[in-house]
Amino acid sequence: MADTELTGAEIVVRCLQDEGVKHIFGYPGGAVLNIYDEIYKQDAFQHILVRHEQAAVHAADAYARSTGQVGVAIVTSGPGATNAVTGIATAYMDSIPLVVLTGQVPTAAIGLDAFQEVDTVGITRPCVKHNFLVKDVQQLAETIKKAFYIASTGRPGPVVVDIPKDVTQHLCAYHYPRRISLRSYNPTYKGHTGQIRKAVQMLLEAKRPVIYMGGGVILGNASRQLTQLGQTLAYPTASTLMGLGGYPASDPLFLGMLGMHGTYEANMAMQHCDVLLAVGARFDDRVIGNPKHFASEHHRIIHIDVDPSSISKRVKVDVPIVGDVAHVLDEMLKLLAAGKASPDEQALQAWWAQIELWRSQDCLKYEAGDKPIKPQYVVEKLYEVTQGQAFVTADVGQHQMWAAQYYKFDQPRRWINSGGLGTMGFGLPAAMGVQFAHPQAMVVCITGEGSIQMNIQELSTCKEHNLPIKVILLNNGYLGMVRQWQEFFYEERYAESYVGSLPDFVKLTEAYGHVGMLVERTADVEPALRDAFGKYKDRLVFINFLVDPRENVYPMIPAGKGLSEMILV
Amino acid sequence: MRHIISLLMENESGALSRVAGLFSARGYNIESLTVAPTEDPTLSRMTLVTRGSDEVIEQITKQLNKLVDSVKIQDITDGSHIERELMLVKVRAHTNDLREEMMRLGDIFRGRIIDVSDKTYTMELTGTGSKLDAFLEALDAGLILETVRTGACGIGRGERILKV
Repeated sequence: MADTELTGAEIVVRCLQDEGVKHIFGYPGGAVLNIYDEIYKQDAFQHILVRHEQAAVHAADAYARSTGQVGVAIVTSGPGATNAVTGIATAYMDSIPLVVLTGQVPTAAIGLDAFQEVDTVGITRPCVKHNFLVKDVQQLAETIKKAFYIASTGRPGPVVVDIPKDVTQHLCAYHYPRRISLRSYNPTYKGHTGQIRKAVQMLLEAKRPVIYMGGGVILGNASRQLTQLGQTLAYPTASTLMGLGGYPASDPLFLGMLGMHGTYEANMAMQHCDVLLAVGARFDDRVIGNPKHFASEHHRIIHIDVDPSSISKRVKVDVPIVGDVAHVLDEMLKLLAAGKASPDEQALQAWWAQIELWRSQDCLKYEAGDKPIKPQYVVEKLYEVTQGQAFVTADVGQHQMWAAQYYKFDQPRRWINSGGLGTMGFGLPAAMGVQFAHPQAMVVCITGEGSIQMNIQELSTCKEHNLPIKVILLNNGYLGMVRQWQEFFYEERYAESYVGSLPDFVKLTEAYGHVGMLVERTADVEPALRDAFGKYKDRLVFINFLVDPRENVYPMIPAGKGLSEMILV
Repeated sequence: MRHIISLLMENESGALSRVAGLFSARGYNIESLTVAPTEDPTLSRMTLVTRGSDEVIEQITKQLNKLVDSVKIQDITDGSHIERELMLVKVRAHTNDLREEMMRLGDIFRGRIIDVSDKTYTMELTGTGSKLDAFLEALDAGLILETVRTGACGIGRGERILKV
């Protein structure tokens, strides 16, 4: 007697339950109706209906970023899938573990230009870690298991599972494999012992060391190890945009963010170090600028990454170590503890003296008058009012950089932003994802008037679920980062960067059923924030801060320039 | 430098497009690409001919390795290897002189005539790409009616084996 047979739709739901999924974000449509019917009949996990598929994927993505678990989104075929693509590409560029289930037209209709048909597997292929089209219900459960396994192991990433409608109707016995192994996919976990030994020795020989950490430290849950390593050696640590929070920003050994809008001290130290320990970072163009300029100084480079293709891609590396960063750092810490050698104190003292000199430049200083409000001031006050404890999501542009520069993250997974793809419209749906994962936490979305309007419809989703998100709009009336580049590099020809006819954001927010505030003076910034986190703690509060339209993000390394070629205030 | 990369992949639909997509997305050169299932029908073997600096070739192999469907990869130009390509050429052979000339040339290049009509010969040749080039150069271009080449496939010499 065979097991009871389930439909494909029932199998999808059972798989998600067996995977321990608690929240999925999605939008129904023809091709996924059977699956939605099964979602309706269960309450093991909650489905959150968004207002646009892109938001579903961003919310699932941020859910993953803030928890470390795999985020799950579900959308229908055709436009449902194409709307999801921006979200998928966002997750791909930042290596976020995601499973996206997409409906597809029935197998017999595939290729016939059926209603709401697109080649989802073809469209998403370049922006997923892997994808599947499930043509046979017998393979459904195993494929979903593979999707979760692939998404969450090695260098994480989004996996798309495309499911034709007839497959959701077909019957088969359900069996969800507990474990799975693929002969073609075996991420390296343990680092090479010899290389690790070499790395430790090189680190101890350093006269001017720098630890350069990236998003891999967060993704690989290696903050504890990295912090311990930096503090044991008393070496300076600098972080990429994606690594913020992986090392406590309030520690004086931390130099701040690196790269295009990184601090003077971080960039100068990176350029002039003799030994560089790169951990879970990829030397991308926004971090080291021009690789030739970077290589003009002699560095010895140790690079730890789980993805071998990230190593020696833009910069040649002396000691490559492929492996799980937490595991490799653990091994390094063990060797350091067991060994007798210690860092060269004298050299280190001289190096720190040099760094302090760079630091004394105080590259993030700004002057706050009463009006207009300086955007940096808003972020600093936000940091104070939330005592550094909030989850902060950002959209993309100047406000994102100010958030990264002025909100000091001491813990990993608190800073949620689209670093690789730079997706405007990410912030608000991301805040929803974070709030679902952490219902009691303070969740803030720092945004601009350009970005927020790219997914503002999600204020409706927030109302439906009473999410007490705080939206901090740094409204300067311009697509600020575009305006800044035009000021610097296009002789102030502000082509299409001024946003005319902005809505009345307070009324708009109220129309969605939330609390809206307008703040125009510096003196009102802190009281407004205190109200938002006090009186209106349980409400979504949207604060429209009118900030200085001419403010620029400093320091700045112009595109194509080197790390020591910064423009300072 | 020219490299021949052999790749064993899961014989899944879409595997070929993942490889082709990778090359176009990352701007790598692709001179030829051949693919067919192996004796194990769950695996297909691909031979890629590409050109690039050492750094580019290193990235290509790493990126190919990263494809979830790729099981094993070898740059067979790293060691001694054998390379072969198959070409079919249809040539004019409407006079006795031409027919004899074509047979002679075919013999020299160890080709075989595999189809004959009143006016044409179709020949089959195998060898390295440069040998096939040489054969085409030896022919008067006006006599060539049609050529079709498979692109290179290759295998390591001796004990060098690419197998799961």
